[in-house]
Amino acid sequence: MTFSPELEEKFARLLTIYPEGRQRSAVVPMLMFAQDEVGHVTPELIEEIAKRIGIPTVQIEEVVTYYSMLHQKPMGKYHVQICTNVSCMLTGGTELWERACQKLGIGHLQRTGDGQISLEEVECIGACSWAPALQVNYDFHHNVTPEKLDEILEACRKVN
Amino acid sequence: MTKLYNEPSPLETRVLTKRFGLPNSASLDTYLATDGYVAIRKAIEMTQDDVINEVKASNLRGRGGAGFPTGMKWGFVPRSSPKPKYIVVNADESEPGTCKDRLLMEYDPHQLIEGMMIAGRAVDAKAGYIYIRGEYRYLIDIMDKAIAEAYQRGYLGKNLFGSDFSFDCYTHTGAGAYECGEESALLESLEGKRGVPRIRPPFPAVVGAWQCPTILNNVETFCAVPPIIRDGGAAFAALGVPKAGGTRLTCLSGHLNKPGVYELALGFPLDKMINEVGGGIPNGRKLKAFIPGGSSCPILTAAECEGLTMDYDSMANAKTMLGSGGVVVMDDTTDMVKVALRIMRFYAHESCGWCIPCREGTAWLRKILTRFVDGMGTKQDINLIGDLAHNMLGRTFCPLGDAAALPTISIVEKFRDEFEAYLARTTVSIPVQSDLPVLQPGM
Amino acid sequence: MAELVSLTIDGRTVQVPPGTLVIDAAKKIGVEVPAFCYYEGLSLQAACRMCLVEVEKMPKLMAGCTLPVAEGMVVRTETPTIAKARKSTLEFLLTNHPLDCPVCDKGGECELQDMVFRYGAGESRYTEIKHHVDEKQWSPVVYFDAPRCILCYRCVRICDEGMGVGALGVINRGVVSEIAPNKTDHLECDECGMCIDICPVGALTSGAYRYKTRPWEMQHVGTICTHCSNGCKTTLGVRNNEIMRGDNRDQSGVNGEFLCIKGRYAFDFYHHQERLQSPLVRKNGKLEPVSWKEALEAAAARLKAARDAGSKIGVIGSTRTSNEENFYLQKFARLGLGTNHIDHHRTGDVVTLLDALSGQKDALATTADLYEKPAIVVLGADLALEHPLLSFQIRANFRHHQARVYAVTEKPVREDKYAAAAIRCDAAGELAALETLREKLANEPELVIVFGDTVKGDAVRKLVAFGSSLGKPVKYVALVDYSNSRGAMDMGLVPELLPGYRPSGQTGMSAGEMVASGDLDMLYIVGANPLEGGQPLGGKPFVIVHEMFLTETAQAADIVFPASSAYEKNGTVTSVTGEVQQLKKAVQAMGTKPDLEILGLLVREMGLAAQIGPWTPDKVFQEIRETVPGYNMPLPVIATGGAVQTAPVNGRIEVDARPDLVRSSRDGLFTSGTLGRYSKVLNSVVEGRHHT
Ligand SMILES: Cc1cc2nc3c(=O)[nH]c(=O)nc-3n(C[C@H](O)[C@H](O)[C@H](O)COP(=O)(O)O)c2cc1C
Ligand code: SF4
Ligand code: FES
Repeated sequence: MTFSPELEEKFARLLTIYPEGRQRSAVVPMLMFAQDEVGHVTPELIEEIAKRIGIPTVQIEEVVTYYSMLHQKPMGKYHVQICTNVSCMLTGGTELWERACQKLGIGHLQRTGDGQISLEEVECIGACSWAPALQVNYDFHHNVTPEKLDEILEACRKVN
Repeated sequence: MTKLYNEPSPLETRVLTKRFGLPNSASLDTYLATDGYVAIRKAIEMTQDDVINEVKASNLRGRGGAGFPTGMKWGFVPRSSPKPKYIVVNADESEPGTCKDRLLMEYDPHQLIEGMMIAGRAVDAKAGYIYIRGEYRYLIDIMDKAIAEAYQRGYLGKNLFGSDFSFDCYTHTGAGAYECGEESALLESLEGKRGVPRIRPPFPAVVGAWQCPTILNNVETFCAVPPIIRDGGAAFAALGVPKAGGTRLTCLSGHLNKPGVYELALGFPLDKMINEVGGGIPNGRKLKAFIPGGSSCPILTAAECEGLTMDYDSMANAKTMLGSGGVVVMDDTTDMVKVALRIMRFYAHESCGWCIPCREGTAWLRKILTRFVDGMGTKQDINLIGDLAHNMLGRTFCPLGDAAALPTISIVEKFRDEFEAYLARTTVSIPVQSDLPVLQPGM
Repeated sequence: MAELVSLTIDGRTVQVPPGTLVIDAAKKIGVEVPAFCYYEGLSLQAACRMCLVEVEKMPKLMAGCTLPVAEGMVVRTETPTIAKARKSTLEFLLTNHPLDCPVCDKGGECELQDMVFRYGAGESRYTEIKHHVDEKQWSPVVYFDAPRCILCYRCVRICDEGMGVGALGVINRGVVSEIAPNKTDHLECDECGMCIDICPVGALTSGAYRYKTRPWEMQHVGTICTHCSNGCKTTLGVRNNEIMRGDNRDQSGVNGEFLCIKGRYAFDFYHHQERLQSPLVRKNGKLEPVSWKEALEAAAARLKAARDAGSKIGVIGSTRTSNEENFYLQKFARLGLGTNHIDHHRTGDVVTLLDALSGQKDALATTADLYEKPAIVVLGADLALEHPLLSFQIRANFRHHQARVYAVTEKPVREDKYAAAAIRCDAAGELAALETLREKLANEPELVIVFGDTVKGDAVRKLVAFGSSLGKPVKYVALVDYSNSRGAMDMGLVPELLPGYRPSGQTGMSAGEMVASGDLDMLYIVGANPLEGGQPLGGKPFVIVHEMFLTETAQAADIVFPASSAYEKNGTVTSVTGEVQQLKKAVQAMGTKPDLEILGLLVREMGLAAQIGPWTPDKVFQEIRETVPGYNMPLPVIATGGAVQTAPVNGRIEVDARPDLVRSSRDGLFTSGTLGRYSKVLNSVVEGRHHT
């Protein structure tokens, strides 16, 4: 597999920051950064990382399937993650989630037909004091109201 | 970046957060202009024992949740071991209700770096890793930038400040797993594996990252160290209550007029925290239930909250915990059955699956509670929920099982009437759904 | 030795070394603490929470499988609280477990079933929908039914730690966690079946056995695997004269819990459709089935005539027949037929080793030594493929005792992964390479050297000289291929040696010479296939063969006797490490007779009975014990299924041992000489591998 020079540079650095012989430590960061570029964790990506780290692919699969941010199927260009955990639930997070599902006609870990937006109901994202909250890719949105949600989704739909 | 997520409160004791809101608070220059990297120079002059003793004197207890005395933990590291030693920062912050470590890294990354360095100096560790939850990607950029700046200007690297002390610092991203906040699971994850906890003992202080002695603390714990070394442990201790020194970043969320993260001295009155710091409960509603420190704590009723102060002993007396600093306030409109379900959904989703009681117990409870909320609960279910939670309690491989059981037990015990009300509402007709439970006669 | 720690378990005091786990300390006084994930010898998991015990002064129940003992500790393993905890854990476990024990392949020998029986979690309060996943087939022999899996991780560990393969992993998280194979939907591994054997429930089942029978319908016959020289005990489950499965049920053999694919599944050659069931005699150029009487009379007449005429008779013995058969065969050849042209396929230079070691004591390693000695040298052999048990022992030694392992081989080997040193060298360059390790080896307190067929003749002498020069106790294993390769040598199936390595004083033809030479009048072949490669038989000898199948050699015969396999007879065999163990008859294959009986009947037919002696296995073994040096071993140990190492002949073996004839066939895990061809399981696995 080929990656962008920036990602290659990141990989190269990751392989130097852990103690000698402990390069397996780079697996999770490599998968995360690669997913950002590739879109999701493909079988080829698993093979590639296994090869680079020098461990069997099954050990990468063990990791990929464990972490909820690593996806083995394609997500939307904008992955909208709405928190419904307690603090958000108390302040309208559940309603935001239902509204988003309804507006987009998709559910948990599904994406719109055009591949533009995907939805995920997530556990606490660390924004409880500014709840309800959501993340679009890695960007936080705090104190989200239904109107704000509509705007966010609208923006995701449009931007290319 | 300098805009704060919420207005500060005049009732705060701002020690760790003193740079919050300053222009360019994350920059090295701002840090240097406000006592930055003073403590580490001091620590280099001190003996290692003195550094540890100062931390002990501060009565600093871990801010990650368990509240273990930090100085004592550092003292467990076998300094004479020939193995390299490591510093690991727990920045996994995923306990529901908690959102403070984020701010410490966002607004004052150098304070964290300096705290790590002092820990490194105390136990002869040459490198530190900050394990940041995957969702906090922007913090990796902020921390990396701060680290790069520190290297550039000689605050990280070899032979710092002309001494023989060297220290390297790195960030490491998680990828979405609450269990990776548990210290031994975090170490497994740091080693590129599934975030499954390790058998303890040995504790990380003795056998930690890459099988080497490791100091592992919460972000806030490390951030408290520079002020402690700079101004002395005693000064820090004096801010709190006798057995627990200092302040805590308290994350107020839920039904409040002014939710937000506030640095409050330990022992701060609960009532004052809700009504003055948090601005009280909106719409003239009354307090119904209170989570003192993340969803893993037993929930208190309004009556139980009376007269409590926010510190370890006071909470222990009320049979709950100070936990992670995530305070969730629920008003009298709150549906406690739904809260119980939401909490259990979280633990079932996050159970690593390693041990039987947690793996199966959380999943089963989630199913029962879902059924209950969907109007298909039975009277027996109420007892069953409590019973199953009790059957998990104290029997799981790591504390996640307890974390799931404790709030559940407290909710069924304290809000049983709400469960019964659900029954009253729904006994007439049971809606037919595709996922009706399958009754298995006999077995 | 450190002071012992004293503690109380269920009111009884027990003293154990510090660091002992409570579960093991309890076992010492006969208290069994229930456990799923704890498995002696494998890494600790503390995952199943069945082993919870009460410890005084501790607030919570503690996991006995990870709790080290402490002085004065007071432990209780069975109290109402504990029983309730275990019952509730079982209740949890059963929530997503199918409750169809009556149709589960594991029924009757399922640890979960037993545990529920014991703690009575028979009633479940679980009324929700069970999490279901379809059953999967991971290889011709491995099936996985995820819902039955209790996630004890035994399979993952035995594959990784025990086998050094690591083909299994755990995927997903929480309640949907699942064991997964290394190739996403299938396995690429040794196919040893250890995972199946170790699985406490019916999650992993054997494609070769599943749903064929119930365990209680079988008789269990512990015998010795006939495929390679490692001498693993395989317990054959027999129902109605049919072998249903092989396993290591009571773990009483030299192999303990180990078995490879061949020991576990490849017994199936015995009922291959091409198995010979009747004697054959060549009539008008064609082999025709005849009665035993006719065949025996014909053979006896030809043999007698040939002997009386002073014709040249050659005898080729087998590397799989029992010691008794081999002993009797050589006696028949030498005394009855008056020939010294007797040989077998030699696969390791045992003779030179024994000669070079003359005068040394305790210099032959046992299987146990490979697990116990602090340092092991592997010289010119890929043990994981060719000697799986020895490889398993060495791995366990490394895991449990941190043994230093030195691999000196031509190609990369599995031992490399954990070896203290791994050196590559040309075949026959082993000694030079070994020399580079001299300093390290000289620092070892004790050493075992295992060497393959490239080290032979002079090289063996040099190796022993090298070992002696280290000034430390050194033990050796000369690797040989087949289940009784060693016994064939010990029993004198070579021209130059009588049983027990006494010089015969005569020379004779080697097997290869017998096949190639044109001047033999008769060739008598027992259980060997010298024409396997397709080479023609020199000259036109009259050929008599004992065989299970119509092999290339049997096809060239004039008379063929249908012989029993090792699983159809009693007797003894001698393993690669010289350990003598008992074969026990599990089944009777129709129409066949053990080679010993065939020989005995011939002897009687030829009127030689008085001279050659009785032909029951017991009587012959008794004669071996009395007359063959090294075999005077305690009968009860052998008779009860134990293993005894033959004593070495402790004196010079003054013969030219023909090391040039030593050649290993290099059979790997999925091949086994002629037998392998008739094993459907081995073939299916080999085919499966080619498809992926
Ligand atoms: C399930 C579980 C999740 C945890 N999550 C976190 C976390 O997100 N952040 C944290 O600092 N500590 C967390 N902890 C606590 C850590 O195990 C550990 O006690 C802490 O990081 C030690 O640091 P401290 O002494 O500074 O608190 C968690 C513990 C458990 C059992
Ligand atoms: S398959 Fe069997 S051995 Fe493996 S984890 Fe599941 S129950 Fe345990
Ligand atoms: S509960 Fe929603 S961000 Fe914390």
